[in-house]
Amino acid sequence: MNELLQQLINGLSLGAVYALIALGYTMVYGVLRFINFAHGDVFMVGAFTGMYFGRWLKPLAAAWPEWLFASTVLLVSMLSCAILGIVLERLAYKPLRERPRLTVLITAIGVSLLLEYAGQLVFGAAPRGFPSLITSSSISGIEGLHASNIQVIVLVVTALLLWGLHLVVMRTRLGLAMRALSLNPTAARLMGVNTNVVISFTFGIGSALAAAGAIFYASLYQAIDPFMGVLPGMKAFVAAVLGGIGSLPGAMVGGLILGVVETLVVGYSQLLGIPPGYRDAVAFVILILILLFKPSGLFGKTMREKV
Amino acid sequence: MGARSLVLIAALAVGLVSFCFTGHPEAAWPLAQIDDYLLNILILAGINVILAVSLNIVNGHTGQFSLGHAGFMAVGAYGSAALTQLNGKACLASLSFLGSAAPLGLFVLSLLVGGLLAALAGLAVGLPSLRLKGDYLAIVTLGFGEIIRVMIQNTESLGGARGLAGIPNHTTLGWTWLVSLISIYCVGSLVNSTYGRGFLAVRDDEIAAEAMGINTTRYKVTAFVVGAFFAGLAGGLYAHFIGYVTPEGFSFLKSVDVVVMVILGGMGSTAGVTVAAIGLTFLNEALREAEQYRMVAFALLLIILMITRPQGLLGGLGGLARWLPGKGGKS
Repeated sequence: MNELLQQLINGLSLGAVYALIALGYTMVYGVLRFINFAHGDVFMVGAFTGMYFGRWLKPLAAAWPEWLFASTVLLVSMLSCAILGIVLERLAYKPLRERPRLTVLITAIGVSLLLEYAGQLVFGAAPRGFPSLITSSSISGIEGLHASNIQVIVLVVTALLLWGLHLVVMRTRLGLAMRALSLNPTAARLMGVNTNVVISFTFGIGSALAAAGAIFYASLYQAIDPFMGVLPGMKAFVAAVLGGIGSLPGAMVGGLILGVVETLVVGYSQLLGIPPGYRDAVAFVILILILLFKPSGLFGKTMREKV
Repeated sequence: MGARSLVLIAALAVGLVSFCFTGHPEAAWPLAQIDDYLLNILILAGINVILAVSLNIVNGHTGQFSLGHAGFMAVGAYGSAALTQLNGKACLASLSFLGSAAPLGLFVLSLLVGGLLAALAGLAVGLPSLRLKGDYLAIVTLGFGEIIRVMIQNTESLGGARGLAGIPNHTTLGWTWLVSLISIYCVGSLVNSTYGRGFLAVRDDEIAAEAMGINTTRYKVTAFVVGAFFAGLAGGLYAHFIGYVTPEGFSFLKSVDVVVMVILGGMGSTAGVTVAAIGLTFLNEALREAEQYRMVAFALLLIILMITRPQGLLGGLGGLARWLPGKGGKS
């Protein structure tokens, strides 16, 4: 029983990271109807920004309380990724807005490769250690159950971010414009919605959430490298599809489910008869199963194709 | 004389000539000796041509977007290596009636087996995933490619993550270019046949094609299976050229390499894709010194190309067929 609880805690903190990345996929899909392949690499840039900024700030902020230091690093990383996301959209995707989706998809793959290999040039190919933002300590309430404080903080801060996102999308005018755009782009434009601003805003928020996910991921696993975004990015996409692409609650739930399932499969690999090496295949098997049996996902709406 | 038979004759001629060029001094026809380094690049170029032309059936002619080509190549490579390296002695014994040609016969047989296994994998992947479109299909094929790689990595009898070494070096320039010319010819004739118009119809407008009574799923799966078969052949040739295969060598990035060739050459243009595959192979070698800048440049090229010339550098020229007699540029 304790072991199961332990796996659930590990799975949920990993799932929180997936959920944060998945939100970016789902939001961009909502307004532009395309999968931003480079999203996982924005996540990677977020981790490196956090690492460099954290190392630079550490001696300056020696007297600061730990939470202030950690949240400064988090906010700076989120802000720089938001800017990166907006710039990428302006330069690479905006010229292609009316083009076939395949063209945009290929461009997105190009952007993804560009970030990875430019990252390799700038940051070096070898994995780097991520500075610890919060001193790690173990919280053990029940016998045999170990949760680190970082895991708990990740879950709490993720919940706060999701709540903030909910407020932005449901209570602000920009959020309203975003929902209008995803419902019907033409009608939204006719009603005076400035689509360019809304799309930039969506990319900004999505990228900022990915950066937050990156800081959490790096704090949990402590090593970062220029290709670290590829697998989490793909898994988060699976999470977005699992929840129903275009649906914000779907992305959150999908991310958590995926994190828990992946951790359970690895944790109980002997019981299930699946070698732990199959860890990275779990997400894809889930993806294929959803697309076969419920392509609209858990919370998604089925869309009719019109001629 | 139709363009097709001209292409066939040209193909046979090039095939024969390339059999003569061989780096191995003990080869049967040492008519011309060429530099080993150049020979290796030419063989790699031939393998890349097979990969690009076969991916072009799916991505170019049928308008689907597959990102898992390296997975099928892996199936072909491991499948053929399983015959020649893992079970080499037993297979050779059963082919002993061929006499001294037994190793060569086994090589050809293993290539075919690798190709057929890859085609089977293509069928298994294609049947469920081709109900999807565009971005979804791209991600699902990518996922399948990764699953194939993870499965090989976890199969100890295939060497696991360490890879499979000691595969006999049977691949020569002649074999490579013979297979690549066959694949160019097969893909070209398939797409230009009456049946093949269906692929183009699916690409141009899937809904309209379906309304005209074209079984779109069947065409898509056919394209997928044919593409996978040739990718499997390429994998077999590659395994018997390098002599050593690892699961890492068939990662997502290998698929991207092939996709870049297809896009650069122009999706749907067999001639363009062939030229792009050869060109990029040589370019890769030339840029070996600047390895870390190479992929940055490719990525930028991909983005700029999509913004300014989405049909590819060589696409939209109507293919080489325009300059061949018998077509008169009307095709």
